[in-house]
Amino acid sequence: MPRYTFVLNGEPVTVEAPADMPLLWVLRDLLHVTGPKYGCGVGVCRACTSHLDGAEIQPCVVPVADCADRTVTTIEGLADGDTLHPVQQAWLDQDVAQCGFCQPGQIMAAVALLQRTSEPTDADIDGIENVCRCGTYCRIREAIKQAAADKSRSAGIGG
Amino acid sequence: MVYSLAASTLTVAAPIGCDTSPAEGADRSTPDAGARSGVVVTGTDDEMLVLEVTAANRVVVRLPRVEVGQGVTTAVAMMIAEELDARLTDVDIPLADARTKGSQYTGGSSSVSSLYGPARALAATARARLVTAAARRWRLPARTLRTRDTMVVAPDGRTATYGSLTATAALVTRPAVSSRPKPASRHKVIGRPTTRIDARDLVTGKARYAGDLRVPGAKPTVVARPPTLGGKIRTLDDRAARAMPGVRAVVRVAGGVAVVADTFHHAFQARDALRITWAPGPLAALSDAVIRSRLRAAVPPLGAAPGGSTQVTGEFEFAFVSHAPMEVLTTVADVRADRAELWFSTQTPMDARDSIASAVGLPASKVKVHVMRGGGSFGRRLNYDFALEAALVSKAARRPVKLMWSRADDLRHGQMRAATHHRVRASHAGGRVVSFVHSTASVSESYEGLAAAGGATSLAARPGRVREAGPLPSDSGLYNFGRLGGDSGGVELAAIPLGAWRSVDSGTTRTVEEIMVDEIARSLGKDPVAFRRTVLRGKAVRAVLDKAASAGSWGRTLPAGHGQGVAVHEEYGSCVACLIEIDATDPKNPRVTRAVMAADVGTAVNPRGLEAQLMGTTIDGISTILRAGLHIDRGAVREGSFADFRYARQRHAPLHFEAHIMPSKGEPGGAGELGVPAAAGAVANAYARATGTRPRRFPLTF
Repeated sequence: MPRYTFVLNGEPVTVEAPADMPLLWVLRDLLHVTGPKYGCGVGVCRACTSHLDGAEIQPCVVPVADCADRTVTTIEGLADGDTLHPVQQAWLDQDVAQCGFCQPGQIMAAVALLQRTSEPTDADIDGIENVCRCGTYCRIREAIKQAAADKSRSAGIGG
Repeated sequence: MVYSLAASTLTVAAPIGCDTSPAEGADRSTPDAGARSGVVVTGTDDEMLVLEVTAANRVVVRLPRVEVGQGVTTAVAMMIAEELDARLTDVDIPLADARTKGSQYTGGSSSVSSLYGPARALAATARARLVTAAARRWRLPARTLRTRDTMVVAPDGRTATYGSLTATAALVTRPAVSSRPKPASRHKVIGRPTTRIDARDLVTGKARYAGDLRVPGAKPTVVARPPTLGGKIRTLDDRAARAMPGVRAVVRVAGGVAVVADTFHHAFQARDALRITWAPGPLAALSDAVIRSRLRAAVPPLGAAPGGSTQVTGEFEFAFVSHAPMEVLTTVADVRADRAELWFSTQTPMDARDSIASAVGLPASKVKVHVMRGGGSFGRRLNYDFALEAALVSKAARRPVKLMWSRADDLRHGQMRAATHHRVRASHAGGRVVSFVHSTASVSESYEGLAAAGGATSLAARPGRVREAGPLPSDSGLYNFGRLGGDSGGVELAAIPLGAWRSVDSGTTRTVEEIMVDEIARSLGKDPVAFRRTVLRGKAVRAVLDKAASAGSWGRTLPAGHGQGVAVHEEYGSCVACLIEIDATDPKNPRVTRAVMAADVGTAVNPRGLEAQLMGTTIDGISTILRAGLHIDRGAVREGSFADFRYARQRHAPLHFEAHIMPSKGEPGGAGELGVPAAAGAVANAYARATGTRPRRFPLTF
């Protein structure tokens, strides 16, 4: 069985897995990192959304072989110790989550969006495809706007 | 009535449904629960809501309800924190395992109303005992002591945490201060918008659902299911699948063939390597068009219209809709020869335990069901078909399993909200509605279908199935519409898995009625809001309508192709109004741009949680009216993922949402399902006004 090494949430990990095994099951079943959720297995619902080298991916459709020697970040790797990432903090402040199942993916998608554009428009936010079956979309929009505003404010303070 | 349990820490218990509150706080699912005031407490928490203060200063209440996102754990924590003067962060609300007695049903939007009395009584009693214990320790009159932040405070400033007092408080038999809950005027926690107690766990990925558990030996398991509903295995060749790496077992079950493997990747690959030929299910000859025409034919006749009246009529159709909770149905099951233990999210854990025990041949006392947090439900987890399946697979495979339905399994094999057909006739004369008749037909699951799906236990496993007949919500007389009438009929189909969907029958019947109210208003040349104001019977529902209309600027000028719509609903002791603005310049791709809701639910324990429920039901209304449904093609559900089951995404959600909560000191009503018919009706009415059409078949773009 091939072995793959990658950086997961800041730590190097090595797994033995078939090359075509989706990253989602490597994370969940081999590494017991369960923040990324299964919701469809075909990259549609996006509950598993995580980052590969800082860009958004759906681990349910990314084979582990594609992650070799790269950097994977899941919801578990977003906070800095006990200090939440500003997007997580905005999610908390807006009390976005209901059942919470899609929210790790929603947060990772929002972080990726804010990395692409620091002041996302409503149209940019509309481009997020992640499904929330509880219908928390309006609070997600508010949380993204808050995170963007917090970021530009702290950038201003920092000079 | 609140009891003290013999324990080394302060532990008090209140029967759920006890009459400690002036309200009819009785649990609606066990109407006789309030009568058990003479019960002897033996130390078991059966039937009881139990509060324990630990030496570590935690306040723990094991909740006999399930958290599926509706926020019940936060609401109960707030009730406890209020009466105990505890910090909300010191209160833990774990979910209780399945009990042997009492009420452990989550549904009917009844959780807050059934727990409001007992939870407050419980905490107020605990507080009185803790104060009494501190008074004894400090040799001070108890009435001079205050409580805040999970501690007792003396006039001189000394403090004692509840944890430090709990052992002494456990010995207090006669509290020296009042054990009665506070008057509402002194509420500091109840009524304050509060963030979910589990919000941090939810945004950090720490929250655990059934599929996240690591139960030793419980291997990933998936099931190959037939292409058609109720299809059966004709031939099975599992040699290739069994030979694949990581495969631990292949087991035939009622619903198909289960594969147990080391990872879900291996399980899915082996599932796909099974060579199965399937016999088509009993509906293989049936598609939507036929089902629709049979439903149309099954609607009972409306009878004769009153003489001399003018008729406003409408026929409406709703497609099947999946519950499709984000967390697919998942169970960890460990069934042994002499006992069983299961972990899954369920609204009916006691029924589930009994059915599972009977299915695997164990006494109920040997089956332990741990109730897990659920990733959404919308009624789906009233049923435990998936847990029953996992138990049988574990038994057959002789090993613990973690059985997960794929998303395609979830959409293609149910459950679903039944397709319905509605025929409505309103008759008006002299400017007034003199008669309103609404007859419906709904698909129902035949007993033969249930028996074929797995015998008698299968019937028991469907407590949420759609009832075949009963009074329509219009019988409640929300409107002053003269003589009300109507009846319901059914089309029985074998092997069609149905289940109660958030707001149940109201989601279709009341939605239809709100559309008809608009059409009656049009026929009378009246404005929809002004007309409703004249014909609504209740003061509270008129007030929420007025609130939504004024906050939403009803009647404001909008660009061509845009429109406003309103609708109201009353149920669960609560009422709600919804105002929707829609951009239907492209009628095939409408966008709800704005939603304004106003709700009166009595005391809103957590206005922030209530707002979330109203937001969610708005998205349900948008989805079911405009976008999301299931097609039946020759006995099979066509949709297989969120790519074709078109539940709303961010780009379909309103850019602006606001919820207004009416101030009230009344007892809490229900809220979780309340908004669905109002939102759905308002979306349909807004679409009608924007496009000049009369929406009749839902979802509109399908």
